Amino acid sequence: MADIVFDSVQRSFKQGGKEFLAVGGIDLTVKDREFVAIVGPSGCGKTTCLRMVAGLEMPSKGRVLVGGKEVQGPGPDRAVVFQQFALFPWKTVQENIEFGLKSMSMSTAEKRDKTARLVSLMGLEGYEQAYPHQLSGGMQQRVAIARAYVLEPEVLLMDEPFGALDAQTRVVMQEELVRLARKNPKTVLFITHAVEEAVYLADRVVVMSRRPGLIRDVIEIKPVREKEGWDSHSRIEDVMDLSSFVQLRSQIWRLLREQNLGIDH
Amino acid sequence: MAHRERLNQGEFLFWTGLGIASFIGFWYLSVFLGIVPRQFLPAPHEVLLRFIRLINEPFSGYTLLVHIASSFQRFLSGFLLAVVIGIPVGLLMALSKYANQIITPFFESIRFVAPIAWVPFAALWFGTGIGGPVLVIFMGAFPPVLINTYRGAIHVDKKYLEAARMLGAGKLRLMTEVLFPAAIPSIIAGLRISAGLGWQSLVGAELIVASSGVGYMMVKGQASIQTDIVMSGMIAIGLIGLLIDVLLRRAEKFAVHYKEI
Repeated sequence: MADIVFDSVQRSFKQGGKEFLAVGGIDLTVKDREFVAIVGPSGCGKTTCLRMVAGLEMPSKGRVLVGGKEVQGPGPDRAVVFQQFALFPWKTVQENIEFGLKSMSMSTAEKRDKTARLVSLMGLEGYEQAYPHQLSGGMQQRVAIARAYVLEPEVLLMDEPFGALDAQTRVVMQEELVRLARKNPKTVLFITHAVEEAVYLADRVVVMSRRPGLIRDVIEIKPVREKEGWDSHSRIEDVMDLSSFVQLRSQIWRLLREQNLGIDH
Repeated sequence: MAHRERLNQGEFLFWTGLGIASFIGFWYLSVFLGIVPRQFLPAPHEVLLRFIRLINEPFSGYTLLVHIASSFQRFLSGFLLAVVIGIPVGLLMALSKYANQIITPFFESIRFVAPIAWVPFAALWFGTGIGGPVLVIFMGAFPPVLINTYRGAIHVDKKYLEAARMLGAGKLRLMTEVLFPAAIPSIIAGLRISAGLGWQSLVGAELIVASSGVGYMMVKGQASIQTDIVMSGMIAIGLIGLLIDVLLRRAEKFAVHYKEI
């Protein structure tokens, strides 16, 4: 069981002597093996939420629990895929993927096996000895995902992982992630500001409001997806043409637009 | 000065040659005009002949090559000691604000003491053999290694540290696999400064505490008013210093094989 629970979580920052509330009080449960996407305008605290699950930041009030245990700090039970990939530029693809395994007690052969499996799963064969700067953006992100997946974490935290990719590569990566996530489901918290991406990937979409970050609404996607058979389409554009998809997308767009109007007045 | 066009090879040789020729010409002129007594300013060819003779004929007990070897051995000991201590300490200071706070006041107060000022203690504590001069070299070479390691490591992009911590890396792996490789360009730049200062400090040290070495040879030359020997020593120091810098510049090119992304 690896659910994520936000229990009345607040997070405030000090800036220029003034304290401001970035996350204003979040109650949310991401169920075991559920894929939840958080969308919201820039600066709504969505990244802060993810970083608190990662243990890279601590709540000012409230608690974040993973698998029933309060998060105390970073650890390999929760893998993070960062927007800027954060691959180690001085390590090869192979060394990057193996990095997390090195701290674990298992035989060298087992580590090599696991790494090889992820290399092949992510289509990185032949690039094992390449350095990150020799790869395209899409390939770099594949390495970053492989580096996270190889640890077989129960919780996967993705912070706008496709934000830095060009449109075509992004689509390919989204399709791959759907395949990966449906075949081998994990508890996923996925941050994005791309509404289509959220609807396409997630079981539920959480819409956050502008600062202080609060949950504006939670939209169920999975029941619609299963009823309408989205997963029988292998291409993202075919799913995006379905009226059930369009409806959900527009519903979320309207919620977000209300946020933006709120700040303009 | 990146906006300048580089000289072509012919121009390079011409202007370099002109510089050297003017220097030697001015030197000869000073000798013939007798601005400085002849005894105190030997002519260039006299220095060159002496330099060549010193390679085979012992002076103050040893030939020039033995003096150089003895200096270089001391230099290497002091320099490597500075590297072996300076890099880990610099990384530790970058990793832990507590370590940084313990070390900084102590370090800041000694780094402005000229290496040569350690000579009396160097002689008293470690004698005039190898130990004394090594301490002086260490005092010259240590600060740049430490400062450059620390600065290189403290400026590492936070995302690498966060990624490593999420992947379960402990403090030791953060130091050896993230901070150290991230700081390598800065460390190598530090090593070049460090080697230069160390080599300069060494000669200073040998002027006072040593029983062999290029600096020692120069002091003996001065004592017997053999200025051509003193100048030969200066040439040897310059040439070896240049050699060390060239070697480290080569190392710089090989050490960094990756690019930031």
